[in-house]
Order: sequence, then structure tokens, then C-alpha cells
Amino acid sequence: MSAAPQKTKAGAEKIDVIVSAIVPLNELVTRFEFKRTDGAPFPPFSPGSHTVVEMDDDRRTRLNPYSLMSDPADTSTYAISVRRDDAGRGGSLFLHNRVEVGDRMMLSYPVNLFPLDLRARKHVFLAGGIGITPFMAMIAHLERMGHRWELHYTCRSKALGTYAEDLTLKHPNKAHVYYDDQEQRIALEELLDGQPLGTHVYVCGPKGMIEWVHRTAAAHGWPEENVHSEEFLAPQPGKPFEVRLCKSGITVQVGENESLLEAIERCGVDAPFLCRGGSCGQCETDVVEADGTFDHRDHWLDEEEHASGKKIMPCVSRFVGKSLVLDR
Amino acid sequence: MTIQFNEETFRDDYSFRNSDRAIRRFPFPFHEDSYMYSVNMERHQGGPAGSVYEMRFDVDEHYVSEMQDRALVLSEDPLRCQSLPHMTLAGWDTLELIMVSKSEDYPDLFELHRDGDRWRWINKPMGIDHSFTFLDETTLPCGPLEYITRQAQGDFAVLDQRDDMLYMDAGMVTTQADWSLDFDIGMDFFEWHAPVPLAHEMGIFKRALKFLLNVRQAAPARRLNWTMTVNPLLDTSPENYHKWGVQKATLTSENIGAKQHLRVELQTFHRLPRSNALLFPIRCYLIAFQDLVTIPKWGRRLHRVVRDLPEELADYKGFIANRPLILDYLGRYDDGLPTSPGVWPDLEMEPPLQK
Repeated sequence: MSAAPQKTKAGAEKIDVIVSAIVPLNELVTRFEFKRTDGAPFPPFSPGSHTVVEMDDDRRTRLNPYSLMSDPADTSTYAISVRRDDAGRGGSLFLHNRVEVGDRMMLSYPVNLFPLDLRARKHVFLAGGIGITPFMAMIAHLERMGHRWELHYTCRSKALGTYAEDLTLKHPNKAHVYYDDQEQRIALEELLDGQPLGTHVYVCGPKGMIEWVHRTAAAHGWPEENVHSEEFLAPQPGKPFEVRLCKSGITVQVGENESLLEAIERCGVDAPFLCRGGSCGQCETDVVEADGTFDHRDHWLDEEEHASGKKIMPCVSRFVGKSLVLDR
Repeated sequence: MTIQFNEETFRDDYSFRNSDRAIRRFPFPFHEDSYMYSVNMERHQGGPAGSVYEMRFDVDEHYVSEMQDRALVLSEDPLRCQSLPHMTLAGWDTLELIMVSKSEDYPDLFELHRDGDRWRWINKPMGIDHSFTFLDETTLPCGPLEYITRQAQGDFAVLDQRDDMLYMDAGMVTTQADWSLDFDIGMDFFEWHAPVPLAHEMGIFKRALKFLLNVRQAAPARRLNWTMTVNPLLDTSPENYHKWGVQKATLTSENIGAKQHLRVELQTFHRLPRSNALLFPIRCYLIAFQDLVTIPKWGRRLHRVVRDLPEELADYKGFIANRPLILDYLGRYDDGLPTSPGVWPDLEMEPPLQK
């Protein structure tokens, strides 16, 4: 209709914030709390949402998604808990080493790719390591609404059990923690067996854990739609490669430590995105020409699309070969 | 802006009228001289001052009478408003969005005072002053969705989002273009769109779904849809087809200018923050042909659109039997001159009718 033509902006709407607290939780994980710069309340969010944190790292813009783990009913503060990844591309290191209380940052509005199924009669949460974060917000929400839940949380050790003690103290009958170094394991088959009809299971953690839960639940006859998962997909480093953007008429070098999407953005090309983690589909890009091998790492395209070589998700996927031309 | 609310009816004696101002701000849906489906989405973040696109929820001269008509429909058929048990939170989200928007956009008509969870809502046009506790259903006379949509023009579908699909799990539907909430409740996006011709083959719904799943908080979107209605009826529901369907046969070349209405839906899409559901308001605007042709550009263009519309669409939109009468009438207002691009009336630029 074009009543008032407005171009849809890439990415989400943003919120200007100040870092209000930095709380180290253990050797690896630190909580960052934010207040709005304008003093207004934050928008409410649904538990399971993430926000994309924009970091100005020596003029290089980093955009990393983190689960909002504060109580969704508390609109005075947003909080994220970040695990330091020494082998990563530097976003978590920037937060851990460079950010200080009082710094200004930009957060995207919340986006939820891991929502609760509100039809559930009971919610069972399975967390591995830093995968605990979305469940912190979910638990706060369900407690307020008086819904049934239980948590099974595996951590490497007591010393690295982020929020483990808080949770077991507050919810001794609902929060169960398992320490790897004490050889404790979730008895998944028994756990799945004993659940009442209408239970939904949510898993957030390493890839192996997610696959294990899906596989085991399927083998026990659980309907697919009752098992939900969120894997933290961070773009992994890879060999540098070159890409030609035919609509923009430019050629871009993708560095070892940047994603294809970041390289495109660095050149000033306005590309759509949302999750930056390979699952929302927003950055899907058509391949015009390719001589080489794709390194698809997303959850969005199906196997057939991956094999076709006609589409790529530039937020996490890469390319090895002679030449790549994208319709961007 | 103070609005003079009309005393009018959308049934029986059909006293519904558009003022000159309402005619000029009518959301004419055709930006060129032809029409075909498209996923014609744009951001819903304001528009020209005074236009129906300016505010998040447009309030116009028909507000009070439309709410009276809704109350009549509901008293005869309470199933026009439904909410599956898991959608209550989305109902509160809807209530919050509408109350906040209206009190900010029309401070002379609506007030919202919040002290934590204790809220006071004042709706001056409808004479409501109500204090309640947010998220506590026992403090409202009915569910939150019904409460607020009895005070907001247009239909509301509330879509739950699960497993990359949308489900019609709640709504308030009394001003619809021949579809039924009671029939569609619980259906997924493809199921409730199944009756639409051509668009499935064109891949329209797949693309539309992908777009809608990604509508984000603070970034609502909008589009227009349209059909034809004989007599200014808001409630053209399948439930009442036996009452209004026959009225299509009452059209004559003498009464068509007054009786035949272009019906336009301003559809908006809002991500609801607490529930992650998608709110889909469908606001209906009606204009009689005799009022529409007072805008020369619109008269010319509507004739060309209706003339060239594919058979399937004229059938689906329910006016194929009356198309000859409609073309005969509109043809009188088409002198063959070119029209300016875009939807606006362009009264200053467009020449008057040359015949």
C-alpha cells in the first residue's frame, strides 16, 4: 500500500543502556546488569528471550546474543550472564575484560526463539553449564504464575555451578543439580518416564546434550512438539575467504575471526539479521555462484537446502574454495 | 484533537455515515490501477498527520457506535469472543498495549494511571472509569481480552506462536469479512487461510508466515486488505449469512451508490511482550460508492481495478454476481484520464471528472 513507505531496518530496535552492575559469579561466568539511560522502565519480555548486545571494541562493532536471565516482571533491570570463552572470537572476552560499571551500551529489544509452551501442565528444564540462563527467567515467571516446573542442571563442578546454590536453596524440591566431577548424571530415561501427560521438556546446553535429550525422548514416545531446545551457536572462527556481493558490487574479505555477516556489515552493506545464531532465518541469503565447499552451521536451512548450495546463513556459516558470489 | 462521535447504526435502518473528513482519510487500498495479491507489508510506526496510519490504534467518529454494535453482536452470540486457557497472558498483553497506546495517543479521550499492578483506566467516550489489578482476572468483569476489545474498534485475532507456526487461539471477531472465530479457533496459519484462492499457489502464505514469525517487539507491521459489502454492515459473519447474504440481491442501478460499500481492513501485527504471541488487529473501514467517487482519482481507479480483477478473486470477495452493476455505476466516474501513483486522494493535482 505504501501509505508511508519506511524501509525495514536491519536488526531489531535498540535500547540505550548503562552497565549498572558487574557481578563475577565464578572463575568463568560474570553477570552484567543494565539500566536504561533515559531512566524509563524496560519493556517486559517473555522468558526465553535473548538480547543482542552491541559492543564497540576499538571501532569494531561486535553483536553478540545473550539470554535475558533477570526476572521478566522486573522492568527496572535487564541482566545477562556471560561465560568467558578464551577460544572464542572475543565478544565474551570484551565483556569480561573491557566493560566497566557506568559504560554505555546498546541492547536490542528482546527476541524470543526459545519460548515456553504456555499450554504445558508442567515444565521440565534440562540445563547444561551456561545453558542455565534462559531457565532463570522462566523459573521466575512460572513461580509468579503458580505453574509447575522442575529443573535438572548439570555443571562441571561445585565451583563452576553458576546459580546452582541459589536455585537449590530457593527451590529445594524443584531444582536438582548434578556435578560432573562427582560422577553425577541426570537419569534421563527415568525422568522422562515419570512425567504426567501434558509435560513439556526444555533443554539448553551443549550440542551433545541437546541431541541426547531429543533422541531419548523420541525413543520413549514423546511427541516432538513437547521437546524444546536452544543451542548457543556462536559463529566459529575459520579460514579467511573472499565473497563477492553482486547487488552491492563489492568484494569482501572475510577474516578468520569474523563471521560472513559481520564482514558484510563492515563494508557498510545493510543486511537483515535477528538472532545471529543460525536459527531465526532472517539473514538467509541466495547464492548466485559458488566454486568450493560450504561450511553450513545453521539450524535454519534443511539438509536439502544445505546440499543445494543455493542458500547460506551468513551469521554462522562459512565457505572454503575459489569463489563465492551472493545476492546481496 | 477532539472527535465528534456519530450516532449511527450498522444494521436495520443503516444510518452509518462518513463525514467529509472521514471520506478524505479513508484508507483507499489501491496504489495503482490494478490489483493482485502481494505480501504488502510495511512498518506500522506512524503515518501522515490525521491519516488512519498515524496512531497505533486509530480512533475515529465511528468509535462509540461501533462499540455499541459489538455489544449487540456479543449479546446474541457470546462465542464471537474466545480465548483458549493458555492465552490469558496474551489477553493481558493486549490490554496493556491498547491502554498504553490510546492513553498516549489520545490523552483527551483516554487516561491510564499505573501504580505498580494497581491500574486505573478512564475511557471518556464510553463513560468508563475502572480500577483493577493488572494480571488479576478477578478484578475485571470479564477476561482481559474481552474487556479491552469491547473498547477498541476492529476485530482482534491473537495468535500463539509455537514450533515456527501461528495458531488462532484467541480473538474478538464481530466485524469480519465472512470468517468465523468459532470455526477457526485452534487452527494453524495454513488451515485458516485454506479458503483463499490463488494465493497458496503463489507462495504468498509461506512468505507471509515467515515474515509474521519474525515480527519483533517495538516493530509492528501493517497491510491493507479489501472486499465489498452491500449496506454498511460490520457483522458480515458466516453465522449471520442468512441475514446479510440476501441483501446482496437488493442492489439496483438506482440504489447502488448509497448501498454498495468498499470495505477496507487495516491489518496490523504486534509482537506481545509477555506471552510472545502475535496480536493481529483487523480494523474495518466502510465507504459508500457515492462518497468514494467524490474523490475523482479513487473513482477512476476503483473502476479499473474491479474491471480487471481475476474471476476467482471477484468470486472469493463475494461480488461476482453484482460486478456488472458495479462496473456500470463506476464506469460513469472513469473518464480514462491517467491517475497519479499512490493511495492518497491528491484532490489538488487530480482533474475533476471530464464527462
